[in-house]
Amino acid sequence: MNYLLTNKYKQKGRIMFKYLKQLTSLVAMVAVLFTFTTETMAAKKSKTLKNTQKKGFVRCGVSQGLPGFSNADAAGNWTGVDVDVCRAVAAAVLGDANKVKFTPLSAKERFTALTSGEIDILSRNTTWTLSRDADIGLTFVGVNFYDGQGFMVRKDSGITSTSQFKDGISACTNIGTTTELNMRDFFNSKGISYTPVAFEKADEVVAAYDAGRCDTYTTDKSGLAAQRTKMTNPDDHMVLPETISKEPLGPVVRQGDSVWEDIVRWSLNTMIEAEEYGVTSANADMMKTSENPQIKRLVGAEGEMGAAFGLDNEWNLRIIKQVGNYGESYKRNIADTGILPDRGPNELWTKGGILYVPPSR
Amino acid sequence: MKFKKILPQFLTLLFIVLIFGFFTMNAQENMDTRGIEFGFGFLTKEASFDIQFSLIDYDGSMSYARAYLVGLLNTLLVSFIGIILSTLLGAVIGVARLSPNYLIDKTASFYVEFFRNVPLLLQIFFWYFAALRALPMPEDAPLIFGSSFMTIKGLYTPAPIWNNFDIFMISLVVAMFVIYFFNKFAKKKQEEEGIQYPKFIISLGIFIILPLLTFIIGGVDLSWSFPELKQLAKTSFTYEGGMGIPPELIALTLALTLYTATFIAENVRAGIQGIGKGQKEAAASIGLTPNQVLKLVILPQALRIIIPPTTNQYLNLTKNSSLAAAIAYPDLVLVFAGTAMMQTGRAIEIVGITMATYLTISLAISVFMNWYNKRIAIQEK
Repeated sequence: MNYLLTNKYKQKGRIMFKYLKQLTSLVAMVAVLFTFTTETMAAKKSKTLKNTQKKGFVRCGVSQGLPGFSNADAAGNWTGVDVDVCRAVAAAVLGDANKVKFTPLSAKERFTALTSGEIDILSRNTTWTLSRDADIGLTFVGVNFYDGQGFMVRKDSGITSTSQFKDGISACTNIGTTTELNMRDFFNSKGISYTPVAFEKADEVVAAYDAGRCDTYTTDKSGLAAQRTKMTNPDDHMVLPETISKEPLGPVVRQGDSVWEDIVRWSLNTMIEAEEYGVTSANADMMKTSENPQIKRLVGAEGEMGAAFGLDNEWNLRIIKQVGNYGESYKRNIADTGILPDRGPNELWTKGGILYVPPSR
Repeated sequence: MKFKKILPQFLTLLFIVLIFGFFTMNAQENMDTRGIEFGFGFLTKEASFDIQFSLIDYDGSMSYARAYLVGLLNTLLVSFIGIILSTLLGAVIGVARLSPNYLIDKTASFYVEFFRNVPLLLQIFFWYFAALRALPMPEDAPLIFGSSFMTIKGLYTPAPIWNNFDIFMISLVVAMFVIYFFNKFAKKKQEEEGIQYPKFIISLGIFIILPLLTFIIGGVDLSWSFPELKQLAKTSFTYEGGMGIPPELIALTLALTLYTATFIAENVRAGIQGIGKGQKEAAASIGLTPNQVLKLVILPQALRIIIPPTTNQYLNLTKNSSLAAAIAYPDLVLVFAGTAMMQTGRAIEIVGITMATYLTISLAISVFMNWYNKRIAIQEK
C-alpha cells in the first residue's frame, strides 16, 4: 500500500517535471521575443517621448507643497521653479506648457514613482548625489537650484549660530532625504549628541517643530525659507547663517532613455541660456531677427537644433515664450513671493553666481 | 480518466506560474534597462543615519541590518504594550457595558461607539498633535510621582541602574517555573484529595520573594538615575539622565489602545452574554459563591467565544502600528521601509523583507492564540 502510494507520487512528479521543462523553454522563448521587440523600438525613437506625445501630456513628479518650488494653489494650479522645468518640457515636446500632469510625491515615494514609470520627470527639489545617480537607475540632468542644508531656530532661544548647539538638542526633519545623513555628519563632527525626530511628510515636521517638539528644524535652506511662511508666527523663527552641505537640486529622469534625458536637460539649459542672452518671454519673437547667431539659435531662427531630439525647430522658442527664462521664473516664484529675494549662488556666472550651462549650438 | 483529473490542476498551476513568471520577467527586464541590481548585499553596508529611539545599542555607523532590527523591536514594543493595555481596557469596558448601573453602561457604550467609528490615523494625529500642544515645555513641567516629568519632548522617568541584572532575570525565570509546578501540584491535590490551596496568593508570594532574595544574597543591586533639567539655550530646555520615553510612542500606544479596546470590549460583552442564564443559576444552586461562579463557570466558557475574534484584533493592532510612520515613531515601516529604502533605493528587496516580517509576526501571534484557544476548548473525553 505504502509502496504503491510513493510510486504514484513519483510518477506524478516525473510528469510534472516534464511539463515544467517545457514550460521553462516556453518562458525563455517569450522572454527573447519580448526584449527583441522593445529594443528595436527604443533604438528608433525615445520610448518616453513617443508615449508622451501619444498621451498628450508630460507626467511630472513634484513635491507635496513647497512654496517657490512646487506648490498648488486653491484652484489646483501648480507654480514654482521645479514646476517650470516640466512646463518647459511640455512646451518643447507638445507645444503647450500647460499640458502637464503633476503628481505630488513624498520624499520616500519619489524615486520609486520615477523608476516604475509612473512619472517621466522628477522635478522635486532633489539633491544630485553620486549614489543616487549611479546606484538606483536614475539620471540627473542638471541643476536648477543650488542649495545647502541649514537650521531654523526660534528667535527667542538666543541661538544665532550652530556653534551654540549643545548636547541633548532635538532636531526635526524629513525621512528619506540627504538631510538625515548630513545632520548626522554635522553633529558627529562637532561631537554633539542629538535626538533626530524624522517625519514622513513636511507638513508634520513643520507642525511638530512649531508646537515645540524640537529645538531646531533642519532641511535645505530654500525649504526652510519656504516652510517658515507656514508657521503660526513666521517672525518668531530664523534660519541660522551656517550651511552644512552642498545640495544641488535638479530634475531627474529614468536611466536608459538618452533622448528623453537630453530633451529635459536642454529644456532647462535653454531657460538659463535665454536669461544669459537677455531673451525673455516678452521679446523672444523679436529676437528672431537678432544679429547674434547664438541668440538666433536660441529662438529657432538658425540651425536645426531640435532635429537631434526628434522635435521641430521652434521647441526652444516655445519654452521661452510660454514659460520664460530662468530669471523670470525665479523672480515670479521665489523672489516676488518673498521666499529668497537674494539669488545668491543661483545668479548667472556673468553676474557673480554659479549658473553656467553649455552653449546651445 | 486520470488525465481528466490532472488537467484542471495542471492548467491552474500553469496559469499561476505564467503570471508569476511574467511579472518576474518584467521586473527583471525593467531593472536591467535602468541599471538596478537585485540583491541583499546592502544589508551589511553602513546605514549612516541615526534613529530617535532604540531598544538596542545603535548609531549610524552600524549596518542596515542593525537598523532593521531597531525598527522591528520598536514595532514589537508598541504592539506588545498595545495588546496588553487594550486587553485590560477592553475587558473592563466590556464588563461595564453589562453593568446594571445606567451611567456606567451608557458611558461605556458612548466610548465604544465613538472610538471605533473614527479612523485610526485621525486618532493618532489627534493624540499626537493635541498632546503636543497641550503638554508643557520642559522648564514648566510639573513633577509627577515625585520623580517624573511629562513634557512636550516626552516622558522623563528615573532610569534603573542594575548590578548583576542577569542574576535577577534568572531568579524571575526560576520563580515562573516554581509557580508552574506548584499550580500543577495544587491541581492534582484538588482533583485527587479535594484539598484547596490559596493558589493566587502563594504564586504571587513566590514571584515576589524569590527575586527579593537575590537582592539580599545574590549581589543584585538597584539604584536610580533621575532626570535633571538642562538648559540648551535661553528658552530651550531638555532633561538629562533618567529614561526618556518619546511622545510619539505615548501617542501611538494611546491611539492604538483606545481604538482596539473598543473591539475587544464588544468581544468580551458578546462572550459573557453568550453564556446562558441557566448556567449561572445552576452553578449558584449547587452552592458556589458568586466569585466561583464567575471563575469556574462563566469565564472558562466565555473565553472560548472571546478568544478567536480577539486574536483578529491583536493582528489588526500589530499591523496598524505601521501607521507610526505618520508621527515619527521609528517603527519598522519608518526606519526600514522609509529611510533605509530611500537611502539604498532597494524598493523590491526592502518591501519584500518588510512584508515577510509582518507576515511572520502575525502568524506567530495566530499560532500562539490558536494554541491557547485549543487549550481552553472543551476537552472531549
